[in-house]
Amino acid sequence: MASNERVERLTLADLRPDQQAEIVRIESQDAVFKRRLTSLGVVPGAPVVLDRSAPLGDPRIYTLMGSSLGLRNSEARNIQIHLK
Amino acid sequence: MTSPVIVALVGNPNAGATTLFNALTGAQEAVANYPRVTTEIASRDIVHRGIALRIVDVPGIYSISSQSPEEQAGCDYLHQQEPHLIVNILDAGRLDRSLFLTTQLIETGLKRVTVLNMVDEIERSGTSIDTGMLASALGSPVVETCGLRKKGIAELLDAIVDSVQAPAGAPVRLHYDSHLEQSIVRIQDHLARLHPRQMEPAHSRWLAIKLLEGDDRVIRAESDHAPLLEAVQKECADLAHEHDEDTATMLAAARFAFSHGLLREVRTQSSDPTAGFKLTRVLDDIFLNRSLGLPLLLGILWVMFQTTFSLGAVPTEWIKSGVAVITEYATATLPEGMVKDLLINGVLAGVGGTIVFLPNIIILFFFMAILSGTGYLARASFLMDRLMHHFGLHGTTLIPMVAGFGCNVPAVMATRIITNKRARLIAMLIAPFMNCSARLPIFILFAGAFFADIAGTVVFAMYMASIGAAMLSAVMLNRVIPGSGGDAFVMELPPYRLPTLHSVLHHMWDSAQGFVAKVTGVILVGSIVIWFLQEFPRDIAFSQDFDTAIAQLEEQPDSPEKDESLHILKATQAQEKLEKSYLGRVAITVSPVFQPLGFSWRDTAAILTGFVAKEVVVATYAVIYAQDKESEGLSETLRAAMPVSTAVAFMIFTLLYAPCLSTIAIIGRESKSWGWAGFSVGYSLAFAWALAMIASRVGDLFL
Repeated sequence: MASNERVERLTLADLRPDQQAEIVRIESQDAVFKRRLTSLGVVPGAPVVLDRSAPLGDPRIYTLMGSSLGLRNSEARNIQIHLK
Repeated sequence: MTSPVIVALVGNPNAGATTLFNALTGAQEAVANYPRVTTEIASRDIVHRGIALRIVDVPGIYSISSQSPEEQAGCDYLHQQEPHLIVNILDAGRLDRSLFLTTQLIETGLKRVTVLNMVDEIERSGTSIDTGMLASALGSPVVETCGLRKKGIAELLDAIVDSVQAPAGAPVRLHYDSHLEQSIVRIQDHLARLHPRQMEPAHSRWLAIKLLEGDDRVIRAESDHAPLLEAVQKECADLAHEHDEDTATMLAAARFAFSHGLLREVRTQSSDPTAGFKLTRVLDDIFLNRSLGLPLLLGILWVMFQTTFSLGAVPTEWIKSGVAVITEYATATLPEGMVKDLLINGVLAGVGGTIVFLPNIIILFFFMAILSGTGYLARASFLMDRLMHHFGLHGTTLIPMVAGFGCNVPAVMATRIITNKRARLIAMLIAPFMNCSARLPIFILFAGAFFADIAGTVVFAMYMASIGAAMLSAVMLNRVIPGSGGDAFVMELPPYRLPTLHSVLHHMWDSAQGFVAKVTGVILVGSIVIWFLQEFPRDIAFSQDFDTAIAQLEEQPDSPEKDESLHILKATQAQEKLEKSYLGRVAITVSPVFQPLGFSWRDTAAILTGFVAKEVVVATYAVIYAQDKESEGLSETLRAAMPVSTAVAFMIFTLLYAPCLSTIAIIGRESKSWGWAGFSVGYSLAFAWALAMIASRVGDLFL
């Protein structure tokens, strides 16, 4: 059921400060962008938490692989997660 | 003489490779606390225990298969050169991520030394690493260092020489899941058939993995072998079908799983592994605060520029009096004649008039060192990203922009931090609008002369105007330049670090040296040339016989009227002499262009000389007005010479017009197009003229 899938699909942009999540996949056709994120540790199974947001709510900083990674929400929407 | 052993320092951006490079070789390459400060390969030869070593600082990379342009230089180096030894630098506090690159380096089969850098930061939080176990797992010696405090450098040098002399150890092998391993073996077989008996198994395994990973450079190298590439594609398609994931991601996940497992074995963490970075959290709660963050950024910049002006004023006065003493002495002792004139009104006026700004420049670079060394600059680009996005710019563009406050040349080079080609070109074209330290003297002089009470704030306003002009340009250029410029904001925020006193002092010393070199070089020559241009030709055909008229007046009995007309007559003669000099003729020919802005031909002359280097503008004024013995100093003379609204227009124009020669050259080199360098000149001239026009009209209304 397509509509159900839409509801369940969570991305990094949906992550709230008190939540713990795990990366599921990067959904992007842009191979360069994908590889860039991958080499920074955005790989399936990697745990991730939201650290803080910029004054206007975008970009946001995530803690991943022990370091702080700044990402725009438009990019975070391409990264599928599931909550732990 | 044998050629030196090539030792490449390889690590993630901001892992501290350049700091170690400086510590190893005694070099003074620029370092700062944000990713990608180093954009070019640097190398230096040293000798340790009788072995000649060529230490190579490779710009930071996250992966050797990277396709991102900002990692190009580093990746190309590793693919094209074969260093004898790789020193793999790991940020001890970021091991989870930085071991990814290590897993790739292991597979290259090159000899390695592993460095745990900034080990003091994890020790503070009670984390320790079993280096012996790590060494055997990675198949390389492990050295702990702290590059900034030069700890572990001797041990590292010993480890480098030991490794060079030791025979290659048993290769370490990363194991992937069975499907991946089968694909790797099949591609290896294919490679062995293509290159019979030429390839060691370790090398063919590396090639096979790179092909499956989709490494551009390796695929290009094998482009002659269509069947091989087809076989690779088939393997990737099969794997994707089976695992619902692309091969590159599967390999990456396996690499991270390896490092995760390894760290579980070798790392002992305290209950709170982030304890050592508590200060960073506290500072970020303040500096990245949702309501305080942006006002604080603005406040920090205001304090920086205000202090640059006000604190600089004191030592500036000392230098001024020093120059005055020398001028007085020269005036009293030198015999009358052209040489004396040249020395006092040319050299001393020009050089002395510019050197007084040395304290301001040094203070400015002190703040720049603090901003970039602590890690605040990376935060500033994070804070500004959303806002800059509205102007079609990327938050990281802030880094080259702030660098531009020092000098536009490194600013243009720093645009390499921007991935997207078009976004980078736009950043390159707006970088020259940033108010560089060469222009600072102009604004300190003008602000002091015309807005004495609020001079510091006016200087700050000029910096803000330069940012505003850059933003406005970005919007326009985004419409004009074809293509789309969506660039991702993917940036690592480093922990706050305290720059060492040595590095800050070195930064200031460097800027002082650079400024003095300019003053004794281009400004000295410029002042002499300008003096000649305004003194010659000597045989001027005056509109009336001034000398006779003056002589006649002198004979009349003394009266206030006589003094008055004598003064007018002399001033008119001096004015006419200047106007008919070479300098005057050229400037008067060009000046109609600037007439609508209210600039006199003297202002035009200053603008023309500024094309070479912006520092010369003040020197030109100093030389032109050196003749004028009536007034106290340059600021007073200027205040008498132009209305406030013209002064504002002049400040705006000099802020924005044409990059200096060095900046034009670097734009040509970095954009690989002299067309864009030419465009930058034409565009900035038109832009400067238009904004100065608006400023002078608005100024007429209010000032």
